[in-house]
Amino acid sequence: MTENTQISDTTFVEATSSAIVSAPAEERSELPHIRIEPSQGWVSLGLTDLWHFRELLFFLVWRDIKVRYKQTALGAAWALIQPLFTMLVFAVFFGRLAKVPSDGIPYPLFSYTALLPWQLFAYALTESSNSVVANERLITKVYFPRLVVPLASILAGLVDFAISFTLVLGMMVWYGVRPTWAILTLPFFLFFTMATAFGVGLWLSALNVQYRDVRYTLTFIVQFWLIASPVAYSATLVPAKWRPFYGLNPMAGVIEGFRWALLGKTPAPGAMLGVSVIVVAVVLAGGLYYYRRMEKTFADVV
Amino acid sequence: MTDVAIRCEDLAKQYRIGERQSYKALRDVITDAFASPIRRLNSAMRHSSNGRSEIEKPNIWALKDVSFEIKRGEVVGIIGRNGAGKSTLLKILSRITEPTRGHVDIWGRVGSLLEVGTGFHPELTGRDNAFLNGAILGMKKAEIARKFDEIVAFAELEKFIDTPVKRYSSGMYVRLAFAVAAHLEPEILLVDEVLAVGDASFQKKCLGKMGEVSHQGRTILFVSHNMAAVKALCGKAILIKDGTIAASGMVGDVADAYLLSTTPSESSREWLDPATAPGNESIRISYVRIIPPKGSAAITVDTGAQIEIGFENFRECINLGCTVYVTNREGVLIFESGHRISSERDSQCGFYHLSGRIPGHLLNAGRYSLDVVFGKDQQYVLLRTDAVLSFAVENTATGRGSNMSVAPGVVRPLISWGHSFEEEPSQVKRS
Repeated sequence: MTENTQISDTTFVEATSSAIVSAPAEERSELPHIRIEPSQGWVSLGLTDLWHFRELLFFLVWRDIKVRYKQTALGAAWALIQPLFTMLVFAVFFGRLAKVPSDGIPYPLFSYTALLPWQLFAYALTESSNSVVANERLITKVYFPRLVVPLASILAGLVDFAISFTLVLGMMVWYGVRPTWAILTLPFFLFFTMATAFGVGLWLSALNVQYRDVRYTLTFIVQFWLIASPVAYSATLVPAKWRPFYGLNPMAGVIEGFRWALLGKTPAPGAMLGVSVIVVAVVLAGGLYYYRRMEKTFADVV
Repeated sequence: MTDVAIRCEDLAKQYRIGERQSYKALRDVITDAFASPIRRLNSAMRHSSNGRSEIEKPNIWALKDVSFEIKRGEVVGIIGRNGAGKSTLLKILSRITEPTRGHVDIWGRVGSLLEVGTGFHPELTGRDNAFLNGAILGMKKAEIARKFDEIVAFAELEKFIDTPVKRYSSGMYVRLAFAVAAHLEPEILLVDEVLAVGDASFQKKCLGKMGEVSHQGRTILFVSHNMAAVKALCGKAILIKDGTIAASGMVGDVADAYLLSTTPSESSREWLDPATAPGNESIRISYVRIIPPKGSAAITVDTGAQIEIGFENFRECINLGCTVYVTNREGVLIFESGHRISSERDSQCGFYHLSGRIPGHLLNAGRYSLDVVFGKDQQYVLLRTDAVLSFAVENTATGRGSNMSVAPGVVRPLISWGHSFEEEPSQVKRS
């Protein structure tokens, strides 16, 4: 960078084919070179680029977290209040009145362990689906790997998760539930929750750029999905032979897995979880491909 | 020794018309799916009867066959009228949007400033936003931390740096945003017309800072239609017109080419054929003239000029207004002046003839261009014509004694001076 600071009048030429003289490669090697051209066919994930922009990812996550409970009276307590009250309502109506079986686990603990991944999933899905449209200003004004945007909004959900997670530990002590070695698999289920939200979020966020219908469909999807997932009831309600099919809803595998990992009392989700993993892998791969295909038009369309 | 920073070859970008304006709702797609086979059938039938297709392709080329090369350390201005393709070029260079054809090679880290304060969050403090904005612009956290005090001092915001920016005045907001941007140190800096905001003294400070940066061998691309800023900052320039490079070279030459290309040299224009006249479904202009006032032979500093505008109005019962903008050849807006044709929602369909007088002893000698804008309710633009014509104001010696050179300055007022004289100093009253 330093060896050439001279500006001479003849250095500016319009590039005609004759004017282009390639410089020796070693002279330029110190400077990063990029080539901008229309992308064709299969696009790579651009993971090196993503790694290069990891600090931006960090800052966007940090922004979302910092801003989330600004100017609220209760602040981060909201992260506790939401699952807590949902759990109470579930415990009264499903646990007490409807007497929904809970696999021998106290019902409040039973539903709260499911609400933990569920709340994370619902938050991550909603935020990531809206992320591209919400960050329109950034996308139309600055370059960065576009995958950063939905990724950041999903990671920001982890703080709420961590806060509400402390309560489950308290509840386990209260009910005298001793964790088993299965708790070691918890990070996997946490990761799996986010992968599910990321996969679906990629599809919806890219679609949202083209079709704002997504925004209105989203609340419906989340509601529908909650009822279809074993949060208020147990997956054992589903006949055993149908359970692998129930796994087509990845959150069924995740939630049963969470219960098993934390409390160790329910049976380990076997075939159902296997189906869920395959479904998520397909959705995630498709989502990544679709998102990367669509992202070049984001700045023009959003 | 070749030291190319940016090389652009046969770059082209195609937009579908309307693509940028509106996103689709699924409903539109569904209605389209039903409507388009019928439309296609229609056009096919028309096609067979006429022997040629009448459907216009809804595509425009925002850029076409653009090739250029910029050496390291050059400061290049990209000029052109609104919609010429300057911003599209900048967006491709900063990788926000992809070209349709062609390619660009860039050697060095690129920082692009298409907007000041990108990503600022109102709830966050000045400190937080400086870090966030820096990261968005591509700075490393450590780099921002190192320059942080300098940035705050530059923005003159020491006292307010821990206040949420939503409590900032707009001036403070812009100062902080600029300060972060001015401390960006990539090898190549792409700057859009962001300097058009902020107060004048701070703008000057930023221009100075950027000038300093360019002396360190950094390459700068500066997009603007403010000719004064381009001339002050850049050594070279590229003129873009209708998506292609119309001229390039030393900034002075290109600036002259720009003025020639953008403003028709006539000071009086008439459109006899309604098909070619500037207009739309609201307004159609039939003539615009700038002529010497009655009794004068030429437009001079002393005489001022007469503006005459004739147009056909198609909008009944609205509040119709017409405003003219007079701009000098540096791109500086000298004044705007408007006439409210109807203010009681009583415009009529038909021909209107407007006339106005630019007073004498106002415009300095030089060449000016005229924009005409028709508006509704003093709020909505019905028709806008940029640089519809240009006119020259001739120099006179009025007020300059025997000095016949053109007086410096934007305006040329005639000020009635007076003076008095005493041989002995008079008693100065002291309070």
